[in-house]
Amino acid sequence: MADFTLKLRRYDPDSGEAAYWQDFDVDMPPERSVLDGILKARADEDGSIAIRCSCRAAICGSCGVRVNGQSVLACNTKLSDAVRGSKQDGAIVVEPMGNMPVIKDLIVDMDAVHWKKVHRVVPWLLPEGEPPEREYIVDAEAMIDVTQSMACIQCGVCVSACLSMEVDPEFIGPAALAKAYRFVGDPRDAHTEERLNDLAEDEHGMYDCTHCFACIEVCPKDVAPMNQIMRLRRLATADYGIKDSNNGYGHEKAFVDIIRRWGTLHEAQLLPRSFGQGSLVQSQVQPAALKQLIDSAPTAARGLKSGKVSPWKVLFHKKLADQDQVRRIYDEIEGKDDRLELNLYIVGESEDDEGEDEEEGTE
Amino acid sequence: MRVAYWPGCVSRGFTPELHGSTAKVAPLLDIELVELERANCCGAGVVAEHNQELVDTLNARTFAMAQQVEGAGMMNICSTCQGAQSECQQRLDADGAYREHINSHLEPEGLRYEKGGEWENKNLFWLLVEDIGLDALKEKVKRPLTGLRVAPFYGCYVVRPTSRLGYDRYPDRDRYLDWIIDAVGAEPVAYAGSHKCCGFPIITMNKTTSLRQAGRHLADAIDAGADCLVTPCPLCHLNLDMQQPDASKFVERELGVPVLHFPQLLGLALGLEPKELGMGKHVVKTTEVDAKIRELAAA
Repeated sequence: MADFTLKLRRYDPDSGEAAYWQDFDVDMPPERSVLDGILKARADEDGSIAIRCSCRAAICGSCGVRVNGQSVLACNTKLSDAVRGSKQDGAIVVEPMGNMPVIKDLIVDMDAVHWKKVHRVVPWLLPEGEPPEREYIVDAEAMIDVTQSMACIQCGVCVSACLSMEVDPEFIGPAALAKAYRFVGDPRDAHTEERLNDLAEDEHGMYDCTHCFACIEVCPKDVAPMNQIMRLRRLATADYGIKDSNNGYGHEKAFVDIIRRWGTLHEAQLLPRSFGQGSLVQSQVQPAALKQLIDSAPTAARGLKSGKVSPWKVLFHKKLADQDQVRRIYDEIEGKDDRLELNLYIVGESEDDEGEDEEEGTE
Repeated sequence: MRVAYWPGCVSRGFTPELHGSTAKVAPLLDIELVELERANCCGAGVVAEHNQELVDTLNARTFAMAQQVEGAGMMNICSTCQGAQSECQQRLDADGAYREHINSHLEPEGLRYEKGGEWENKNLFWLLVEDIGLDALKEKVKRPLTGLRVAPFYGCYVVRPTSRLGYDRYPDRDRYLDWIIDAVGAEPVAYAGSHKCCGFPIITMNKTTSLRQAGRHLADAIDAGADCLVTPCPLCHLNLDMQQPDASKFVERELGVPVLHFPQLLGLALGLEPKELGMGKHVVKTTEVDAKIRELAAA
C-alpha cells in the first residue's frame, strides 16, 4: 500500500462558484488505477465527486480525463505511473477532458462536441442498389484495412488532446475523421467519393489536421486517428484527384513533385506550385487559393528583407547530384498499380526481429 | 565525435542561419560533421501522406548513405526530419521482408539500409545530452547566459509518438531542452505551449488555425516572462519567427519575441557573437537578446 494525493478539479455549475482544486489522500496499492483512487475518495470522503465510469477495464470508454495534463482513460492509468508523471511534487492532478464543456467535476459534455462531430461524418454504411436478401457479404480480407479504425471505443480522449481543435473548435477532429475512414475504406459503401469530397472541401475537415501526433500518443486502443486522416488525404488526392478549395491537393502535389524534380525542397516554389498546381500561368487557380497566395505576399517580402531569402534562392535551386536516382525510385514505386502500405497495427513486428529488440531493451 | 550530418532542406533554404550556426558550433563541441550532400528530403510528413513505400525508400536511401560514413551515427538538426525519418525507420526495422523489399529499390544505386546495432539517427539536442553529456557541455561554456529567460519549443515530431522516438530507452527526451538551457546558465521558462504544435504544416491550407497556434504559444511564452524562445525545428521557426507579425493579428495582440535556433543558443554560450550565428537574419529582431549578451560579455 502507498499514499497517493489526488488533486481533483472540482466544479459544480449549480453552486454559482468558480472551479477549484481539492486534494484527496488515498492509501492504495500502486498498481491500482487512478479511477480506483477517485472512486475510493468518493466512497470514503466526498460522495459528491462526479465522474463517468462503467467497465473499469478500458473497454467502455467512459472515464476519459486528463491526468497531469495528459488525456487518458482513468481506469487504464496506474497510480504508480501517474505519480511518476506528476509535475506538482508527487500530486496526481486530475482534470476533465479538454476541448469539451464541463458538466460537473470530471464529466464533460460529449454530446456537444464528440458525438456531434461523429454524426457529422455520416457514421453508417451507405450501400447502393436493392439490399441483398440476407446480409451484405464482404471478403474478410477487404475489411482488414479498416480494423484499426473499428477498434475505436469512442472515449473522446483524442478529441481532448487535439491541438488543432484547441484553436479551431469547429475542426471535425480525430475521432470523427477516424470514423469517417472506417466507412470510406469499407468496400460495401457506395459513397466513397462523396464522403471524401465532403471532408476535403470542409474548411474544418481533413486538411485542418496539423500532424501533431497528439491523438496517436493518447489513444488507448492504438487507433492512430491521425494515420486514418492521412489515409483519407491519400485517397482524396492520389486516387480520386479531388482538387479541394482548401489547397490540400495542391500542397501535397506540389511538394511531392518538387522532391521528384529537385530531390530536396525548393521552398520558394512550394507556394506558387501549391496554388497553381504546376504553374500559375498555365492552370486555373481556385479563388480561395488565390486569396491565400496574395495573403502570403507580406511573408515573402519579410523573408527577402531579413536576408533569409535571396532573390537568387527564389529563382534557382540545385538538383541533387544523383537526382536521376530519386526519379527512378519515384517511377518504380508510382508506376505500380497498387500502393504498398505496411500497417504495424495490423501486421505487428515480424518474429525474427522481436528477439533483437528485446536484447536491445535489456541494456 | 564523427557524425553523418543531415541538415534538412529548410536549413539550407529559408533558415540558412540554422545550417550556418551548426557549422560554427559543431567544432566547439568536438563534433565532426560529414555532410550527406547526396541525400534527399525526408518528406516532412507530406510524402508519407502521398505514398508510404515512396517515403520509406527515400529515407532508407538517406540512412544507407549515412551508414556508409564509418564509425558514425547520423545527426539531424530538424525535429521534423527526426520524426519523419523515425517513422520510416520504425517500419523498416519492424519487418525484415518489408526492409528487403525497400532495399531492392536502392540496389541499382549500390545502397542498402541495415537494421540494428548501435546505429541511431539523432537530433543535435538529443546527441548533446546522450553522447556528449551536460557536464562536458558545462565545461565548454565560455559565456554563461546568466539572467536570460529562455522558453523551449520542442516541435511535435520529437515528442510524439513516444513509442517510436526512443523514449523507452531515453525517457526524458522531451525535457532535454530545459536541461540544456539550464546547463548553459540561462533560465528555462515553463509555459503552456512548449510541447504543442506550431501550426506550420497547415499554413497553406488553413492560415487561421495555423497562426492561432503559433500566436498563442508565443503569447504564453511572453506572459511567462521569456526573453526569447529556442527551437530545434526550423519549420517551427518559420511559423514562430517568419510568420510572427501575421500571427500577432490572429491572436489580436502584440508579440515581438525573438525565436532562436537551438545551435544559436549553444553558440552564444560557447562564446560566439549573435552576428556570427546569423541572428541578424531573423524576422523578429533579436536586439534585446543581443544587448543582454553584450552586458554578459562586459561583466
